Amino acid sequence: MKKLLNEFKLRMLSRSSNESFARVAAASFIAQLDPTIEELSDIKTAVSEAVTNCIVHAYKEELGTIYIWTRIFEGGTVEIKVRDYGCGIENIAKAMEPLYTTLGGERAGLGFAVMQSFMDKLTVTSAPSKGTCVTMSKKLSLRMGDNAKQG
Amino acid sequence: MSVRIENKGDVVTAYLEGELDHHNAKAIREDVDAALDRHSPGLLVLDFREITFMDSSGIGLVMGRYKKLQGTGAQIHITGTSPPIYKVMQIAGLSKLANIDKGGKTLEKTAE
Ligand SMILES: Nc1ncnc2c1ncn2[C@@H]1O[C@H](COP(=O)(O)OP(=O)(O)OP(=O)(O)O)[C@@H](O)[C@H]1O
Ligand SMILES: [Mg+2]
Repeated sequence: MKKLLNEFKLRMLSRSSNESFARVAAASFIAQLDPTIEELSDIKTAVSEAVTNCIVHAYKEELGTIYIWTRIFEGGTVEIKVRDYGCGIENIAKAMEPLYTTLGGERAGLGFAVMQSFMDKLTVTSAPSKGTCVTMSKKLSLRMGDNAKQG
Repeated sequence: MSVRIENKGDVVTAYLEGELDHHNAKAIREDVDAALDRHSPGLLVLDFREITFMDSSGIGLVMGRYKKLQGTGAQIHITGTSPPIYKVMQIAGLSKLANIDKGGKTLEKTAE
């Protein structure tokens, strides 16, 4: 793994009002890399998907804790881990299929598809009743050089 | 987050505003559905010009309205999608369910 340049950890309750807080926090942290508007918006959307999944699926019937760990590596790679200790996923491959949803109604079943296409890499580990960890990373274009190095 | 709803003839236009995520989607959905129930339009226009953020909850909103209108013959037009919002809609293939205008164009012509 490349050299770690910066990181932040966030712990929050699974309240839906935190969806916007989480994506804005990630975006402001990443601002130090001088991302393009598109990169910033991609990351915000991916974080929003992962956090929303913790709220609507993992902690469906309860209020739980969501952990977000964001790291910046040399070369401009951003890695974001979103973890919950909720219900977990029985069949990860199936859950990641586009349009697959266990909630129906107002859910499209496209959260993982969005994370996958907006980030470079997506890994999901999960176990029923143990919880889920979503790890996503994206290499930013670093238009202005390796800014985070100086900070 | 708010919705302004306009009803002209056969057309219901919903001017959506703010960030369309799971937290905000419920209120929007309830307002739009109330207008659909009251007016039974032939065309629903969803105007995204003032939407500043959208994730898959927005896709769910469009798909849900599509399902609700299915069988009534009513169409859905989506307008005013900025590039990031259009990008999310493309993943969903929403253009199969609704007419999507890219950019800030309005649909006044259709709406008349
Ligand atoms: N953190 C999680 N804990 C438990 N189950 C999860 C979690 N994240 C996803 N899932 C499961 O994976 C399925 C697919 O997730 P995905 O985000 O792709 O779609 P969705 O959340 O159902 O719909 P959308 O994201 O489009 O609103 C979910 O329906 C749920 O069953
Ligand atoms: Mg989801």
